[in-house]
Amino acid sequence: MLVWAVLAITICVPIAAAAASPLLAWRQPVYIIAGFAGIAAMALLLLQPLLAAGLLPGLTLQRARRIHRWIGGALVALVVLHVGGLWITSPPDVVDALLFTSPTPFSAWGVIAMWALFGAAVLAGLRHRLRPRLWRRVHTALALVIVAGSIVHALLIDGTMETVSKVALCALVLVATLKAVAGARAWTIKRR
Amino acid sequence: MTEVFTTRRRLLAATGATVAAGMSGLILPARAAGLAPTPTMRGGANNYLPGAPIVERIGAGGFWMTGTVRRAGDGAPLAGQRVQIWAHTTEGHERDPESHGATLTDANGEFRLEMPQIVPAFGQAHGHLAYEGDGFETVFLRPVMASPNDTTLHADFVLKPV
Repeated sequence: MLVWAVLAITICVPIAAAAASPLLAWRQPVYIIAGFAGIAAMALLLLQPLLAAGLLPGLTLQRARRIHRWIGGALVALVVLHVGGLWITSPPDVVDALLFTSPTPFSAWGVIAMWALFGAAVLAGLRHRLRPRLWRRVHTALALVIVAGSIVHALLIDGTMETVSKVALCALVLVATLKAVAGARAWTIKRR
Repeated sequence: MTEVFTTRRRLLAATGATVAAGMSGLILPARAAGLAPTPTMRGGANNYLPGAPIVERIGAGGFWMTGTVRRAGDGAPLAGQRVQIWAHTTEGHERDPESHGATLTDANGEFRLEMPQIVPAFGQAHGHLAYEGDGFETVFLRPVMASPNDTTLHADFVLKPV
């Protein structure tokens, strides 16, 4: 029960804090939606490793993995909304980011995480056509890229997210991911 | 701080010129021809609007964009040069035409234009400047504010003759 309470707080507080950002007063709706799509994706990212590894109480592994797939789909949709909304707000800045020619270093991390996310999603669709061990290794590797890229992306941005709640969320995403990967069978199988 | 820096640079240049002139006897030294042109910054041209009008002030003001325009090589200040300025501010997005305005340099090659407060957008509080004119190569700058609470931002152009 405690785990769920902590999760709910960790996910809701950063979103609520960002909703109170003074920067919102000077942004148009499309830009605001794009920003919150990114924030929501970052918050939902916390659930992914916990669900994949079956670390949440009260859920069977099967059920947890089904939710993991649904959230994975939501993450893809949110990232498309994030990039699409930013594109409408300022096309040349997004083109620079996608081409890795942006002056802002966080853009490249975000774009790398985006491609890793798309890759992980495509791979999830092909799961039954691949050998389980290969599938797990590649999906886990992509997950690590997604998490690392997203965290650096978020931390380097001076945006609507409030600093303390942002850092706390990023730290928890990192810890949850490392815990899930450390316990994942992908690596134990490899060692055998 | 800017003023001090500019003055100090001038003082150094003047001192160097005097010393060199003293050694060579007569002519202004070729060594001063070393001032390199400012390269265009990454993303500097983003949301540029060619030919934005010269304005007294962008919007309601409250924030100052300042800078200098000099010639590459000898570093001579360039008067009457047109500089376009734009940013995401409390009054509008970078793409909005009202967020853009141009100004001219004075006899000392200096410019300053009042504009609304710049606020962080696309992850950084930053401004955009463009030199637009015929005699020199176009340069686009994208300076980043040290703090989003700053109420001034400074940018220097060193232009390469066409």
